[in-house]
Amino acid sequence: MAPLDDDSKKNDVRGPEGHPLEIPRLACGAMADLKSYPAHPAHQEALGFPGELIDNWKEVAIAKIGDLASKNRAFQVYLDACVKCGACTDKCHYFLGTGDPKNMPVARQDLLRSVYRRYYTFAGKNFPWLVGARDLTREVLDEWYNYYHQCSQCRRCSVFCPYGIDTAEISMAAREILDTVGVGQKYCNEIIAKVKDIGNNLGLNPKALRATLEDLEEDLEDETGISVRLPLDEKGADILLITPSADFFAEPHIDGLLGYAKVFHAAGVSWTLSSYASEAANFGMFIGSYENMREIALRIRKAAIELGVKRIVFGECGHAWRVAYSFLNTLAGPFDFLDQNYPIPQHILEFTYNEIQKGTLKFDKSRNDEFRMTYHDSCNVARGSRMGDMPGGQFEIPRAVLRAVCNNYFDMDRDTIMESTVCCGGGGGLLTDELMDLRTKGASPRMKALQQVTKDHGVTHMAAICAICKTQFSKVMPKFGYEMDSILSVHQLVSNAIILDGQESNPDGQASIKDQQEADDNSATAAEE
Amino acid sequence: MSTLYALLYYFATLVLVAGLALKIRQYAKTPAPLKIPTTPAPTTGGGVFWRMLRELVFFESLFKSNKWIWLFGYLFHVGLLIVLLRHLRYFTQPVWFWVEWIQPFGVYASFAMVIGLAGLWARRFLVERIRYISSPSDHLMLALLLGIAISGMMMKFVDGTDIVAVKVFFLGLMRFQINELPTQTPLLVHLGLVALLMIIFPISKLLHAPGVFFSPTRNQVDNPREKRHLAAWAAELER
Repeated sequence: MAPLDDDSKKNDVRGPEGHPLEIPRLACGAMADLKSYPAHPAHQEALGFPGELIDNWKEVAIAKIGDLASKNRAFQVYLDACVKCGACTDKCHYFLGTGDPKNMPVARQDLLRSVYRRYYTFAGKNFPWLVGARDLTREVLDEWYNYYHQCSQCRRCSVFCPYGIDTAEISMAAREILDTVGVGQKYCNEIIAKVKDIGNNLGLNPKALRATLEDLEEDLEDETGISVRLPLDEKGADILLITPSADFFAEPHIDGLLGYAKVFHAAGVSWTLSSYASEAANFGMFIGSYENMREIALRIRKAAIELGVKRIVFGECGHAWRVAYSFLNTLAGPFDFLDQNYPIPQHILEFTYNEIQKGTLKFDKSRNDEFRMTYHDSCNVARGSRMGDMPGGQFEIPRAVLRAVCNNYFDMDRDTIMESTVCCGGGGGLLTDELMDLRTKGASPRMKALQQVTKDHGVTHMAAICAICKTQFSKVMPKFGYEMDSILSVHQLVSNAIILDGQESNPDGQASIKDQQEADDNSATAAEE
Repeated sequence: MSTLYALLYYFATLVLVAGLALKIRQYAKTPAPLKIPTTPAPTTGGGVFWRMLRELVFFESLFKSNKWIWLFGYLFHVGLLIVLLRHLRYFTQPVWFWVEWIQPFGVYASFAMVIGLAGLWARRFLVERIRYISSPSDHLMLALLLGIAISGMMMKFVDGTDIVAVKVFFLGLMRFQINELPTQTPLLVHLGLVALLMIIFPISKLLHAPGVFFSPTRNQVDNPREKRHLAAWAAELER
């Protein structure tokens, strides 16, 4: 048990880099001036919000608090129930990284709760000084903007709150209020506008998408010697794959996409992408807008109906999987036109895992021997969704797949993985350059946990199943002594190891089944040593 | 004095019961538009029952979070529960056998309460982070609870109170009769502070007590793929 005041943890430094969850001293105002770019009026309006700050913003904002509290039980209960026990104060990676007390979950909630109390509670109306209630002013509004865009909505705090208070719910509501009075954030709102206009976050039009996929098919044929398809808009396919658009162009995302294609090929199923619903991500969640989230989700329903598919499978994307697993049925269901014998929707890792269980996939694990792997649980998958039939399948299934395709796998500190996973630092609509300082500091708990397994087990690479995590890590890992390509897609490792029927060569040249057995023997010997 | 306290207790009871009823009605009637259980979460209603029970009985999440807050919080709450049950003897005639049986434990429980409250209050001064998030009301709430506990213990250990007369007073209130209330200071302080606590209960952070039952991250079943969840206002969007 830590001493009463927790101060000793500050001196509990394991190795030169320190404990991943080391608690900093308070640095008041450290991040007060960090402000992400506000949205362009055109993008605001595309989402149904005022273009710029409206004249009666104060009245509208106060009314919106009441409106949201009446429509969302979580928001109402969480505004009332906090007792300021302090259990959450050391749980946010942004607090751990910055020391700014307003990045402590309870303090972040209080930015809004103090205003709720002032206008909606007896104590706050009559004795504001007593309960920390305050008037809504322009300064408060600016503070909301800055600090509610320093929350990645990762829900780590909600795991540890005795009442399950989820700061993500407060932060989503705050962004909805900000949007409603005309001060949205550029990064999120520009992207949502693009999805509505073109169908994906990147603004990749169908023609460019088709060309990209054809190029990738050629690459796959060069690599494997056989034809592995990446179909687009093929009516009558069994499976519609919905994947983050980053999978079409970014590294290491794209290698994951090739992995999905190989798995589908080996499993012998027919599948297709959709140019209309060419995006798994749904930033409507980040801005707390049910209507925008629903509109984006309905694109997937429409694509599934038009293509006549029987199943929907999602690629590797964290918040997209939360929206898909937890919300899609609500937002765009019922999916009674799909095959009810499969989960609706299904995660690509559930698909791959099932194929491994059935024995339809052949692997040469030694092809991943250059990597000593660990796995980063993405926050939205870990705490906002599930895979498989059992609670916790979202932790077991990715690890089972990694162990099936890699010889060297090690977990990081238990307090930084699974339901306690620390966020990559770039989620929740913060993956934008002007927030790089925050992103780097917010990534430090994860990076320190990684440094520990590097020191203890020689881990060289980390795998993830989230497009945002992958992009974020490829940017921040170099700041912590790793190469930018030290972050890998899980299906990239699947892709490396899989042996397709009729495949003559492989990336390493001539590894045969015999070589693979020898490699297995060697690694078994190494493990025994 | 007896009349004043009688009126005070009628008022406090009314505020507590009506205020809580209104709040509970508000929580119950407010829809939860999305499935947001903090996962891993139970996939059945029975599983959720156990999850909630573990939260209520063991403060499971708090235990995972911070052992000191858990220890002091648990001491206080369990102490309070036993002390409250012990007080049932003032409202029942004859006294239920199990209330009689726990009487001696109630005395120890009062010490647990005080230690728990003192520990929680000490953290509000000693731990920088908790000092930062504490409002005057957070300190006053602890002062109020400590005042109740200590004044109650003084009646037991310092200034013996005519508890038979106290019981006659409260049994009378339950039958709408005002009987004579003893006038020792600790008793009047104790009863005054308890009435104050009852009055502020529905308008303060003490709402965590009903709130915990309505927390969607804890009480929702993890079955969104199997069962479509739709709030009434969200269904309107589909028209």
